[in-house]
Amino acid sequence: MRRYTLTFIFSLFLTAFLFAQNHGEHSSNGSHSEGSTEEHHTEVLCGEEVDHDFDPGKTAFHHVSDQNIYTIGPVSIPLPCILYVPGEGLHTFSSGKFEIGHHGNGHKAVDRFVLVEGTVKRISDPSFPTGEVEISGFIPKVETGQDGKEKDVVYVCHNEKLYLAESKSTADGGMFGGGITSFYDFSITKNVVSMLIVFALLAWMFISIANAYKKREGQAPKGLQSFIEPIFLFIQDEVAKPFIGARWEQYLPFLQTLFFFILGLNLFGQIPFLGGSNVTGNLAFTGVLALFTFFVVNFSGNKHYWEHIFWMPGAPAWVKLILTPVEFLGIFIKPFTLMLRLAANITAGHIVIVVFVSLIFVFGKGQVAPSLGTGIGSTLLTMFMMSIELLVAFIQAFVFTLLTASYIGAATEEAHH
Amino acid sequence: MDMIFLIDLSVIKPDFGLIAWTTAIFVIFWWLMAKFAFRPIMEALKKRESDIQNSLDDAKRTREEMAQLKAKNEELLAQAREERALILKEAKDAGTSIVEEAKEKAKIEAQKIVANAKEQIENQKMAAMIELKNQVGTMALDIAEKVLQKELKGDTAQESFVSGLVKDIKLN
Repeated sequence: MRRYTLTFIFSLFLTAFLFAQNHGEHSSNGSHSEGSTEEHHTEVLCGEEVDHDFDPGKTAFHHVSDQNIYTIGPVSIPLPCILYVPGEGLHTFSSGKFEIGHHGNGHKAVDRFVLVEGTVKRISDPSFPTGEVEISGFIPKVETGQDGKEKDVVYVCHNEKLYLAESKSTADGGMFGGGITSFYDFSITKNVVSMLIVFALLAWMFISIANAYKKREGQAPKGLQSFIEPIFLFIQDEVAKPFIGARWEQYLPFLQTLFFFILGLNLFGQIPFLGGSNVTGNLAFTGVLALFTFFVVNFSGNKHYWEHIFWMPGAPAWVKLILTPVEFLGIFIKPFTLMLRLAANITAGHIVIVVFVSLIFVFGKGQVAPSLGTGIGSTLLTMFMMSIELLVAFIQAFVFTLLTASYIGAATEEAHH
Repeated sequence: MDMIFLIDLSVIKPDFGLIAWTTAIFVIFWWLMAKFAFRPIMEALKKRESDIQNSLDDAKRTREEMAQLKAKNEELLAQAREERALILKEAKDAGTSIVEEAKEKAKIEAQKIVANAKEQIENQKMAAMIELKNQVGTMALDIAEKVLQKELKGDTAQESFVSGLVKDIKLN
């Protein structure tokens, strides 16, 4: 009992401490020292005084985003930046060159690139000097674009002048406020690093398991092998075989790859104090996976499958006219929902946990007693939420795999009229 | 400069870099895992499954065979017992019949021997009788000769005797 109490108190303080390091105290850096933990933070930026409250929403969004640095607690690990500017070529350098400060804001601009909130942005104004340049801060603004939509933008202060910092190009086509800008970011980001770590762990694990099967042929499974085997068999016997049917063997490696890669990344993102990278909650990641599912499903589609999409047999002609567009859209909607479901679930989980921890700062208001009180409550809530998220990690990996299997099954099913 | 000021949910804006890296990593992961992990594991599991099934089938078959063998053995044993009984009975019968036959044969032989002996005795007896008759005849003749020699010393005696004989012959 005593041991549990100690563990509980320890984890409580560690959570609060690490969070405070990042978000609670907006302590000093360089010239404008402001060691306040008050409700309002007053900071001097570009000569202007800026007041702002602690905003759990913004904190959460910051936490779930992909970044060009890997932050573990108070430590920011620089990552390689690979930036492509059409007409200018590739820029490759370490994000350490930005001289990362708190919140992943860089103190320097490198070749007109700056680091804002751990994310690389570019000053497209040609009057801004290239090379490594000291900058004095960032000013956030809300601007109304030509389409009438309000947009958050960031200005960089340099020599008492403001320069607009453009975000990297994104593939949402302007739907979510992104779009094509003056540069592309192909950096090895936090998410890429997480993927590589999980890749290496899973590869090591599964190849050693495969070797164990070879070495210990005819013997009962042991150790890691017996831990993974039921999960492997679950995907094989409960997902691949019933949903795909006779040709399950051909698709099993794809399903296993999907399941274990998603599960591995889901779980990796949930390890406390290890960066909490949100890879499976990122639409870019889930979109790529859904695209693979799309290709695998439609390249496997047989005559029967396409017939049911374009000219449903047995239906009256006027019904066919309605069904065909619906079925045709279904080809794209199915992987699209796969993409959204996984990303939404995982991102939501990360946000909820950040928000629960944020409660300490919302209600604590920088004072010790209320912080401690809310801290206990929010730690309990967070622990509860994390155990649910553990479940969600498995469920979402399973659902993605299961639905992929059922789509493949529908595409490869033989006619049975 | 240290604050968080962007309401920017970047996860819903798919980044080209992350798309490229995810694609590359996923493809390599897929290929690597399929070739070196998932297919070998799948094959191993399939092999083990079939091995277990085969072993179970084998055990079942062996058990059935054993049961069959046992039944067959028992049948054979019973058959052998029956045969033994039969053979014993036959042997007994054969023995009895041989003894009977021998007895019969012996009886017949004995009878034959007895018959032979009787015949021989008869023959001997006849031979002896004939001998005896011959002897007696000879002796009688001798005696008669002697008697006659004595009585027929005269002619008259001879004549009377011959006439007596002739008379007898005529009477015969």
